[in-house]
Amino acid sequence: MAVVAVLVQRPLEQVSGLLRRRFLWTAPAALQVTVRKAISQGMDEELERDEKVFLLGEEVVQYDGAYKVSRGLWKKYGDKRIIDTPISEMGFAGIAVGAAMAGLWPICEFMTFSFSMQAIDQVINSAAKTYYMSGGLQSVPVVFREPNGASAGVAAQHSQFCLKVVSPWSSDAKGFIKSAIRDTNPVVVLENELMYGVPFELPSEAQSKDFLIPIGKAKIERQGTHVTIVAFKTCGPLLRKGIECEETNLQTIRPMDIETVEASVMKTNHLVPWKEAGHRAEICARIMEGPAFNFLDAPAVRVTGADVPMPYAKILEDNSVPQVKDIIFAIKKTLNI
Amino acid sequence: MRKMLAAISRVLSSVAQKPSSRVLVASCHFANDATFEIKKCDLHWLEEGPPVTTVLTRRMADQLYKQKIIRGFCHLWDGQEACCAGINPADHLITVYPAHGFTFTRGLSVREILAELTGRRGGCAKGKGGSMHMYAKNFYGGNGIVGAQVPLGAGIALACKYNGKDEVCLTLYGDGAANQGQIFEAYNTAALCKLPCIFICENNRYGMGTSVERAAASTDYYKRGDFIPGLRATKFAAAYCRSGKGPILMELQTYRYHGHSMSDPGVKEIQEVRSKSDPIRLLKDRMVNSNLASVEELKETAVEVRKEIEDAAQFATADPEPPLEELGYRIYCNDPPFEVRGANQWIKLKSIS
Repeated sequence: MAVVAVLVQRPLEQVSGLLRRRFLWTAPAALQVTVRKAISQGMDEELERDEKVFLLGEEVVQYDGAYKVSRGLWKKYGDKRIIDTPISEMGFAGIAVGAAMAGLWPICEFMTFSFSMQAIDQVINSAAKTYYMSGGLQSVPVVFREPNGASAGVAAQHSQFCLKVVSPWSSDAKGFIKSAIRDTNPVVVLENELMYGVPFELPSEAQSKDFLIPIGKAKIERQGTHVTIVAFKTCGPLLRKGIECEETNLQTIRPMDIETVEASVMKTNHLVPWKEAGHRAEICARIMEGPAFNFLDAPAVRVTGADVPMPYAKILEDNSVPQVKDIIFAIKKTLNI
Repeated sequence: MRKMLAAISRVLSSVAQKPSSRVLVASCHFANDATFEIKKCDLHWLEEGPPVTTVLTRRMADQLYKQKIIRGFCHLWDGQEACCAGINPADHLITVYPAHGFTFTRGLSVREILAELTGRRGGCAKGKGGSMHMYAKNFYGGNGIVGAQVPLGAGIALACKYNGKDEVCLTLYGDGAANQGQIFEAYNTAALCKLPCIFICENNRYGMGTSVERAAASTDYYKRGDFIPGLRATKFAAAYCRSGKGPILMELQTYRYHGHSMSDPGVKEIQEVRSKSDPIRLLKDRMVNSNLASVEELKETAVEVRKEIEDAAQFATADPEPPLEELGYRIYCNDPPFEVRGANQWIKLKSIS
């Protein structure tokens, strides 16, 4: 069964640009960018494209953002477009939603997911439900960005209410943040603080200002034949034993691209949904309800964090989140080896 | 359904005493303007308030009477009609439930409103929103969560300022909502950014059944903005905001005749308030006494208004409910069609934008 890959359209201007060249040329090289830079660049390009786009959040102006994601934006766009807010998550989330209702395109940054919980009412009741409850009259084109949401499993609460949720982790974040900003619906972007400083290759197509990654498409990061893991951790040790994992990165938690996962399970016959998937139980339920169920040779084995709030001491913290050894254990369990 | 319609007709028959001057016949028998003395407003951080005389024109009376006709099935608002008057249609407005009166002044027809209340496809939100979620141009509902609309209103005011147009946003909330923390967050940001937002507290003296004395340590709601000036009147407030001075806070002292919702029995003091300070009756008396209208003219319009309401109520009961296929419609804006899961995995609904 063919594996669905993310298709990237080469922008027209790049093609015509290539045709115009007369002298020796090389194709634009792939750049190395950190996830932080990818998100920042995405926002910068959208701020430049449409003057109705603006950013608000705590410390996004003079502090350059709590995680420095908005560095340079205030200097370029000024007070009107980049706004520092007081520590009032519920208040400024509501302000972002109200501004979106009145025709602007705000990006609302929460410093962490934990703080954003104060604003959950505005995100769900004022933003997510409004288009439906107004019978299609009132759209709310707002983006909520926050680090550390995926790791806390907050996606489940968010996505109950038809709220689009994406969780990019690599330089794909650039294409995702641009898609989220251009979407006329509220979108939550769950970023990962630990990944901000990690560099990834940004392919030449992705360097274009019109490069978007569609929300709702999963990506096969690595092909394999023995087991489908829904997450994106290279399993080097397993490869050495001859076990090939097909790593499926959902990227969008809602709307979930279950078809890609189904196609993969129908090929590998085994399923291990992992922590970063954010929606493990939903994945298992949908696989059970769909055509892939008949292809499973063993029950799916979920890998989760411990069912405790996050503790502080290092040994406790390490054991409350899934380690590579836990994933390997789960894979061996489902393969019965 | 019948019970609700009976409630409407009861109310309407009392409305018959308070007719609408909707038909504006420029007759030479009547004056067009009259000047009245009005009560001075309480002020907070303002050196001068609105003038103590006001010129009442027939147009204003027209708007006010129109709102009286609207009755909610769930949360009635009678007695508070004066709160609607004085608002410019070009400005933005957001409130919480009950919002039916405001919805009408924002341009929706009686038929659309009543049909939405009865959950019919001819409703303004196609039966998806109900009483608490009605939207129109520059009108953002009708919101279900008490107090949440206040930061939304500050956000709309931010958009007004951002776009550089001379618009303001009127953000309404009740005395019950005034105790929500997010309202103070909205005050703070509005004052910091000098947003053209008029915060309006409709103080009808009761939350659901809790009187203001039992809910609020301070019942001077117009003072709660602290650095935001406050007063207990809309034209003045709008001019203040438009001049770039930032937000302003208004408190409207009013009263609600019915209970909070249909299941709430209400209190005894209603009759006393009704006889002394009903806004419609006071306005009617003033209009008749100062020769702005005659009793006969007002009676004529009452008959017409009643007919319009009956027609709308008839539509609201006869119009079919929205078709089941539309359950999944309009979840997202501008998205391609997709499938939505129903109550079990074999029920697939279609969703189009």
